[in-house]
Amino acid sequence: MKSIEELKKIREQTLKTINLRKEDGEDAVRIVVGMATCGIAAGARPVLAACLDEVSKRNLANVSVTQTGCIGVCRLEPIIEVYVPGQEKVTYVSMDEDKARRVIHEHIVNNKVVTELTIGAEGA
Amino acid sequence: MQLIRSHILVCAGTGCHASKSDEVIESLNKWLIEEKMDKEAKVIKTGCFGLCALGPIVVVYPEGAFYSHVKPSDAEVIVKEHIVKGRLVTRLLHDDHKPTGEVAASLSDTDFYRSQLRIALRNCGIINPESIDEYIAFEGYSALAKALTEQKPEEIIDIILKSGLRGRGGAGFPTGRKWQFAAGAPGDVKYVVCNADEGDPGAFMDRSVLEGDPHSLLEAMTIAGYAVGANQGYIYIRAEYPIAVERLQIAIQQSKEYGFLGDNIFGTGFKFDLEIRLGAGAFVCGEETALLTSIEGNRGEPRPRPPFPAVKGLFGKPTLLSNVESYANVPWILQNGWEAFDKIGTATSKGTKIFALGGKITNTGLVEVPMGTTLRTVVEEIGGGCPGGKAFKAAQTGGPSGGCIPASLIDTPIDYESLTAIGSMMGSGGLIVMDEDNCMVDIARYFLDFTVDESCGKCTPCRIGTKRMCQILDKITEGNGTMEDIELLEDLCKHIAKNSLCALGQTAPNPVLSTLRYFRDEYEAHVREKKCPAGICKHLLTYTINDKCIGCTACARVCPAEAISGKVKEKHVIDPAKCIKCNACMDKCKFSAIEKG
Repeated sequence: MKSIEELKKIREQTLKTINLRKEDGEDAVRIVVGMATCGIAAGARPVLAACLDEVSKRNLANVSVTQTGCIGVCRLEPIIEVYVPGQEKVTYVSMDEDKARRVIHEHIVNNKVVTELTIGAEGA
Repeated sequence: MQLIRSHILVCAGTGCHASKSDEVIESLNKWLIEEKMDKEAKVIKTGCFGLCALGPIVVVYPEGAFYSHVKPSDAEVIVKEHIVKGRLVTRLLHDDHKPTGEVAASLSDTDFYRSQLRIALRNCGIINPESIDEYIAFEGYSALAKALTEQKPEEIIDIILKSGLRGRGGAGFPTGRKWQFAAGAPGDVKYVVCNADEGDPGAFMDRSVLEGDPHSLLEAMTIAGYAVGANQGYIYIRAEYPIAVERLQIAIQQSKEYGFLGDNIFGTGFKFDLEIRLGAGAFVCGEETALLTSIEGNRGEPRPRPPFPAVKGLFGKPTLLSNVESYANVPWILQNGWEAFDKIGTATSKGTKIFALGGKITNTGLVEVPMGTTLRTVVEEIGGGCPGGKAFKAAQTGGPSGGCIPASLIDTPIDYESLTAIGSMMGSGGLIVMDEDNCMVDIARYFLDFTVDESCGKCTPCRIGTKRMCQILDKITEGNGTMEDIELLEDLCKHIAKNSLCALGQTAPNPVLSTLRYFRDEYEAHVREKKCPAGICKHLLTYTINDKCIGCTACARVCPAEAISGKVKEKHVIDPAKCIKCNACMDKCKFSAIEKG
């Protein structure tokens, strides 16, 4: 027998797994991981896995993780870019699993750009 | 639990299934494993997206990338490019014929979807129809939960009444009134029945709802059971819909496991059960009294009304009977309130209507638009017009019971009253488009032929009358008609419409009446000039070869009747006595040397 509470529980649980099929809302945050040959060679795959893991652990419903091709600065791979609506895109470079988790924690959850990991700080 | 970052939705509706979407699914899964992506992306089969002409359809989320005509062999590139590298496979993206030359990357960007509003089809192409959890995630069963635990049956009926929902099966009777009658009828045992016997040629709205979102029907029927005081429901569906039947069975099973069907639903003590009854596909069994007779195990024949099913229906008990699309609107109305539904549509026709677009139209498929949308929007904007730049001539709504709408009335808003006013009807939602190459007499003859086959034979006007009408139409298309025949035809139409027992016979003359009303000149051309203006009726055609002929002999070689003769490099001739009018020569000729008329 199911109660309304149980119904709600099933809804919330399943929603997590199908959220990415809802039309992107105004507030959707996108994390894009560079996954061209250069990115993958530099270790983008564990970075992507870490992003997915962190997003799911923290229950971030309006965040999608996608990947993209080569951005052109192969020497700085793995690169991830964070798009928060209404804010300028932030590019993080030379990522690893821990740094990626930190970006999600500080930038996406606490809305504070991790300046020392951005392309401006490390790259040029 | 690792988060799945990408969902690959593959349409598993009948249309896409027929063009091998099951093999596409298999192949995608194979390549996901091959590329070690099976933990990050998953393949989900869904119901109809509506663009059946473009199938098999694959949509990849979160991007919402819309791939059309996907072959099993394309699975490799989708996985390797899109899933592994995140690059859209441009070659497979749906080309929306945008003037800018851009291709639509996302589903909602296409002309096909822009003017649509999906209520009954809200979950089709979005959820996996075989997963009750996904239905629940999209607010499924919340209307039922609320209804059973917080609302009285009268309140629910009141909401349905106020929403203005009318029957989507054709006649457009207010659904709330039906619920009221069934609830008010005296008796302990009552039934809720769903008419899923979709029989119009070219109509597949109900099938798509059943294939894409079966739980919405189950939820609505259970709510209806609670509202009218029934504990048992039946879904009458034709055996020709195997995929829909299978998904319904899965849905009923899941619903029972979750306790949404059975005893003591949501702990309220309310009990409701559902069973499927398979029909053998007789058109007349879509008529409500014939349908109920068929469920009872008897030969599917109608009986006179009254008494109406709401008073004396299945097994002689009060019965609520609605069609699939009507039910599919119910959970939405209860979730969003009657006010939201009332805002959509026109003064007397509320909400949306699904149409199955077929015939001479570019985007063959399924569309759902607000009531009051013009035929022009549906045919030209959503449907993409007639293929090959041909001119739109008419559209037939309501199948063999409906009538045609000529091009001059293309700006007619689609609602119950407007369509009846011009001699057509809403019908269940089949919309067959005809272009300049269609002969309207032939179209009328085609529908009559269908009715003759499907008449159950119980009453004389329908059994004999439709047969006689069909014979007269045959006579006209063969060039033997007289002006008296047209008058006789009109006379017969009136009698059959007036005296037939059920809607099948009463509406059978509609295709003839409406084509006579708008295309009388074509009938007269067949009779007076012995000509078929569209060049369809074979008996009235003669093929000739003009001076453009260079004597290439291609036509003579392709002619199956050996009716063409002539020497090489000399003009050929067709022997009309031998010609079977198969058009093979005309298709073959590269010099436009063959004429018909």
